[in-house]
Amino acid sequence: MLTDKEKDDIHKEMNQYPYPEATCIDALKVVQYHRGWISDDAVEDIANELKMTVDEVDSVATFYTRIYRKPVGRNIILLCDGTSCLVMGYESVYEYISKKLNLKFGETTDDKRFTLLPVSCLGDCDHSPALMINDDHYNNLTVNKIDEILEKYL
Amino acid sequence: METPLTQYIKPDRLPPGIEDYKKAGGYSGTIKAIKEMSPSDIKTLVKSSGLSGRGGAGFPTGVKWELVPVDANGNGYKYLVANADEMEPGTFKDRYLLEGNPHQLLAGMIIASYAIGAQKAYIFLRWAYKKAEAIIRKAIAEAYDAGYLGNNILGTGYDLDIYIHSSAGRYICGEETALLNSLEGKRGIPRTKPPFPAISGLFGQPTAVNNVETLCWISHIIEKGADWFRKLSLTGEGGTKLYGVSGRVRNPGLWELPMGTTMREIIYDHAGGMLEGYKLKGVIPGGVSTDFMIESQLDTKMDFASVRAAGSRLGTGTMIVLDDKTCPVAFIHSMIKFFAQESCGWCTPCREGLPWVEKILASFENGTAKYDDIEILEFHTQYMAPGNTFCAHAPGAMEPLQSGLRYFREEFVRHINEKHCPWR
Amino acid sequence: MEVIMVKIQIDGTFYEVNPDKNLLHTCLALGFDIPYFCFHPALGSVGACRMCAVKKFANADDKKGRIVMSCMEPVTDGLIISTSDPDIKVFRAAVIESLMTNHPHDCPICDEGGECHLQDMTVMSGHNYRRFVFKKRTYSNQYLGPFIHHEMNRCIQCYRCVRFYRDYAGGRDLAVSGSANHVYFGRQTEGALESEFSGNLIEVCPTGVFTDKTLKEHYTRKWDMTYAPSICIQCSAGCNITVGERYGSVRRILSRYNGAVNGYFLCDRGRFGYLSTNSPERIKGIMVRDPQENIQKEISRDGYLSVINSAIIGKKIAGIGSPVASLEANFALEAMVGRENFYHGIDGEKFDLERTAIQILKNSSVHSPSLKEIERSDAVLILGEDPAISAPMIALAVRQASRNRSIRMAAKSGIPSWNDAAVRELAQKIKSPVFIATPLTTSLDDLAELRYNSPTSDIARLGSVISSIIDKIEPLSAGSDKSLNDIAQRIAGVLMDAENPVIITGLQHNDKKVLQAAANITAALHHNGKKPSISIIFPECNSLGLALMEGGSLDNLFEVILQGDVETLIILENDLYKRADKKKVDSIFKKCKNVIVLDSLLNETSKQADILLPSGTFAESTGTIVSSEGRGQRYYRVLPVNGHIKDSWKHISEMIEITGISKDLHWEHFDDIVASFTDSYPFFSKIREIIPGSEFRFFNEKIARQTIRFSGRTAMNANDSVSEPKPPGDDDSPLSFSMEGYKGVPPSDLVSYYWSPGWNSVQATNKYMDEPYGSAKGGNPGVLLFDHKT
Ligand SMILES: Cc1cc2nc3c(=O)[nH]c(=O)nc-3n(C[C@H](O)[C@H](O)[C@H](O)COP(=O)(O)O)c2cc1C
Ligand code: SF4
Ligand code: FES
Repeated sequence: MLTDKEKDDIHKEMNQYPYPEATCIDALKVVQYHRGWISDDAVEDIANELKMTVDEVDSVATFYTRIYRKPVGRNIILLCDGTSCLVMGYESVYEYISKKLNLKFGETTDDKRFTLLPVSCLGDCDHSPALMINDDHYNNLTVNKIDEILEKYL
Repeated sequence: METPLTQYIKPDRLPPGIEDYKKAGGYSGTIKAIKEMSPSDIKTLVKSSGLSGRGGAGFPTGVKWELVPVDANGNGYKYLVANADEMEPGTFKDRYLLEGNPHQLLAGMIIASYAIGAQKAYIFLRWAYKKAEAIIRKAIAEAYDAGYLGNNILGTGYDLDIYIHSSAGRYICGEETALLNSLEGKRGIPRTKPPFPAISGLFGQPTAVNNVETLCWISHIIEKGADWFRKLSLTGEGGTKLYGVSGRVRNPGLWELPMGTTMREIIYDHAGGMLEGYKLKGVIPGGVSTDFMIESQLDTKMDFASVRAAGSRLGTGTMIVLDDKTCPVAFIHSMIKFFAQESCGWCTPCREGLPWVEKILASFENGTAKYDDIEILEFHTQYMAPGNTFCAHAPGAMEPLQSGLRYFREEFVRHINEKHCPWR
Repeated sequence: MEVIMVKIQIDGTFYEVNPDKNLLHTCLALGFDIPYFCFHPALGSVGACRMCAVKKFANADDKKGRIVMSCMEPVTDGLIISTSDPDIKVFRAAVIESLMTNHPHDCPICDEGGECHLQDMTVMSGHNYRRFVFKKRTYSNQYLGPFIHHEMNRCIQCYRCVRFYRDYAGGRDLAVSGSANHVYFGRQTEGALESEFSGNLIEVCPTGVFTDKTLKEHYTRKWDMTYAPSICIQCSAGCNITVGERYGSVRRILSRYNGAVNGYFLCDRGRFGYLSTNSPERIKGIMVRDPQENIQKEISRDGYLSVINSAIIGKKIAGIGSPVASLEANFALEAMVGRENFYHGIDGEKFDLERTAIQILKNSSVHSPSLKEIERSDAVLILGEDPAISAPMIALAVRQASRNRSIRMAAKSGIPSWNDAAVRELAQKIKSPVFIATPLTTSLDDLAELRYNSPTSDIARLGSVISSIIDKIEPLSAGSDKSLNDIAQRIAGVLMDAENPVIITGLQHNDKKVLQAAANITAALHHNGKKPSISIIFPECNSLGLALMEGGSLDNLFEVILQGDVETLIILENDLYKRADKKKVDSIFKKCKNVIVLDSLLNETSKQADILLPSGTFAESTGTIVSSEGRGQRYYRVLPVNGHIKDSWKHISEMIEITGISKDLHWEHFDDIVASFTDSYPFFSKIREIIPGSEFRFFNEKIARQTIRFSGRTAMNANDSVSEPKPPGDDDSPLSFSMEGYKGVPPSDLVSYYWSPGWNSVQATNKYMDEPYGSAKGGNPGVLLFDHKT
């Protein structure tokens, strides 16, 4: 069941489209914002709200990279592996984070604190390498900066 | 040198509020347009300015608007969409405009909507631009308060609403028809053209999709005229252009420069040239879907026609510099990996061809590639040529690959001969 | 509307063609072999697979040309293309090569093997050797219910399954998920597919992702089955089917193309309802009740002669026919017992309703539409009948009709109807008007512009108000019901705005007033210059055929029997317990000394028989039935006459012969009974004229039921006898039970299977019609018994 807050947020988005189904992506984002990821139950909740079938909602949900259909950690590290970041050495940043958190791309720490995912370009190419944790951008990364950045996220 | 688009953007990018912007003359073009001009006057003016789309393809904006019919289909609305998806690796120009001066975009969108008779407009925003989202939301609220949006704008009887849709990630949603499907809450699969969005776009209604940088021009052109716009440029193509440089240069960044500034000037004068110890080996001139250019082409004027003549595309005008200490195969591989992941999965060559190419490039890097593989790569650049796929995604992907194979063939061969990557 | 033809040039030859179709369609219609996947004649084009590439030249001087997808290319005057340019060959092979990178290459163990569109296209495109050396992507499969087997690794992502299931058939529980190189076609979670049209996925999928689970139970390759053209007996829509047989059992049913009826598709009931023909419960021998033990026992031929003689000679006999038996079987019984002693085997109420329906069909000034005509109508009113239950394919036709407004809208914006996705994107939720007035909800409700769920008495009232509004006369019974009036106003207005509205009604709820109201609406529309049609859905596959014959109802018969006038009762393929009150039926069985039942399965009625004769099912017999449209169509046996099981009319003919009760009746072959029947009922004479008789030969040959590659003929029965038996004869039809015979395109009524050089899959169907989705070559199967008005 959607919470009242979730319902509210979804209905606000609904106002900007002619049909409820058009809100599907926004609804997925709303529910993900509140629950961290989109479980099968979440798919069902959204389907009921928008008068869609679960199959239809899942069809949309699984298309988009930033909709997580599997559980993720509390904080999501999106490390850019795009071309500019490749040139500017994202690989060393990756190795450092990977070693520090004992994580490979696509994995979540045992304590569910972090999930590490690759992303192609964050629009920070002139300050690469770059990463994003939750909604925050960090750029001009060097290995030395990582500890301090990660510390902010519990 | 005039820099109309970025003149009010401060180094810290703290955007001007609506009052400051108005004081500086912002929105005066908008007021003039909707109070004094007819939609067709506006379209004629924009057409005569020669403004071409800054989203990459360079299609003339006024012509695009003229394709939008007078009436909507049935009793629906017509739509304007600002394409702020900007997901092409190496590209960060729209972000600058969105974060630095959101009202400039809104001012342009209002005029554009009025010109095509749209009553609803959307800003389709890249998922990662959270800061921009907050800034635009605030700006939209201010514009409603100021009477620039909503019903009966400035007492003219014209109604317009602007909404933000923040995307859920996927490069293909920047392609204008995939964008429309995505805005409708569907999978971001491109649509066939024709019909063009001008005829059947968002929710089946006539729609114009324009890039952010394109739309930011509109109020300036209304205010200062077509001549002024044309004269900003060094070549026949009007205006200034946001040019960016990333890679191992001294001063990576973004500059507003006259259209047609040479690549050399941009890379050496503005970006400060190569970092100590690095040599320029190639340049991707405008996002990863453009062909490599090489040192001998540095004097190319960076406008649509000149870059095309040099065998590449201006694209977004934001360059990535390949240096001699980066493996060109890895460089290309990173681009192809991106394209393979971002394929929408609709048409065969792209969905199946790009992953194959990606796997072969990976095999170059890990030293298991064979001579035949170069042939297979070349074959794929033909196979995914423009027209052969459903949309321009895969042909875009093939541009750096085909030119890379041409310019860096030796490096490919070295990977095969040495059975490992010489740069690692 | 008149079509102005255009001239185009294909591979150097000029053709005059219809510009309304896309280039691929046009080329296929002209007989060119162009490979394709995502295109389907009924689904239109979307340009996804990139298989159908051709070279297009700007003008006569353009030697270079450019590659275009023929399915997305409009046909314009002066178009110049090449279908065989070297670049095209390379490109098409490349498309297959990339589709095959992840394909499992499991053809030998794939149910689709040998009738696979992907195999055909691979061969056609000339991709032979694999260059891809990396790991293949793999998927897991889903349980999709008892009918459909799912094997996702074979998928080539043509998107046809979801386009058929969702866009065409309105299903919502199958979708595409994922993106890029891992798109998946299935449900969100495992479970039986909900659509009543799911079985079409088997034929729509160009490879072995969706295959027939019922076939899997007794799998046989396409070329090893014996086939016969047949008609579905599950409802009165008259869908054309092909029945496949091996080793004496039915293996599967496929749709058989009829451009006026079911097109390429079937409903699940029709496709999977065949399993009972193979039932171990089948009646195989002649059974007679042993008076001592009171059980039915198989009897010898001599024994049979004596019991049948004593049951019939000198006895007062009555016969009960059946709306699921053929015209010929019903007629044989009627002729044997005499017209005055023949009863229809349906209760008085239904009987009466059917009389009414026939009066409407015979007398009204409007006609009964084919499914194709329903698909083309621009407004539909469903009055008191749920076609999704009583005739699912009619419901599917209504679903297509609901798209016509969007197609017209798109045309105004210059978008041709074949540009499927573009039409849908433009029209979004715009639909042609469909009004549904039924007692309960229906699976078509999503289409309804307006729904009226109420008892049939209200529905009849609604109907009569609609007709009086159209006729501008004071409504008889509208009374003060304002909402009903409003609804009627709205429906009447829309029907009057439409060009060719269809009213769909039927006998489902036993309400004569509904039928009359529907007829009145069509009549009113007709008076007012419209071109309406009325589709009356009959309950069973031959209800209309039987109703067009003479005879009484079951209730009439009960009276006669209770008066003690009947000694022997002959029941033809009819379980009376399903038609009347148990007590009543019990009582007549008590009254009649001899009960003779002809049937194929044991049921409550056949269990009561004193003499039980094993009838052939539709798969074992030949006969003619009449669909709700009034289309007489013939089914042909796929199993040769075997032992005691035979067509009911043959049993009856034999009874007549043995007992000698009617010297003038003598039918040896099917043609004889058809002749005798049509002499007796001139109304049906068309069925003799149109459908070729058994003497018919095509190019001096019978038409083969078996494919040219049929294997094992000499070995199939080697466990019994090593000498190859003579193929069974079939004096009842122009079809042979053998590989020998004509193998080209026969008259459409006689098409057993679809095959054409290079086209082993069901896509070969297109070679059997004038143009894709057009008329079957030589005309669509069947004959229309009613005059086609307007
Ligand atoms: C794969 C692909 C991705 C694209 N991404 C973007 C994008 O992120 N932003 C953008 O403005 N245009 C993008 N485009 C171009 C748009 O399709 C469209 O041409 C553009 O938004 C039109 O705006 P303009 O006329 O102002 O240039 C993309 C095109 C393709 C083929
Ligand atoms: S080229 Fe084809 S698969 Fe690739 S993004 Fe475009 S439509 Fe999708
Ligand atoms: S049949 Fe034309 S692209 Fe698939």
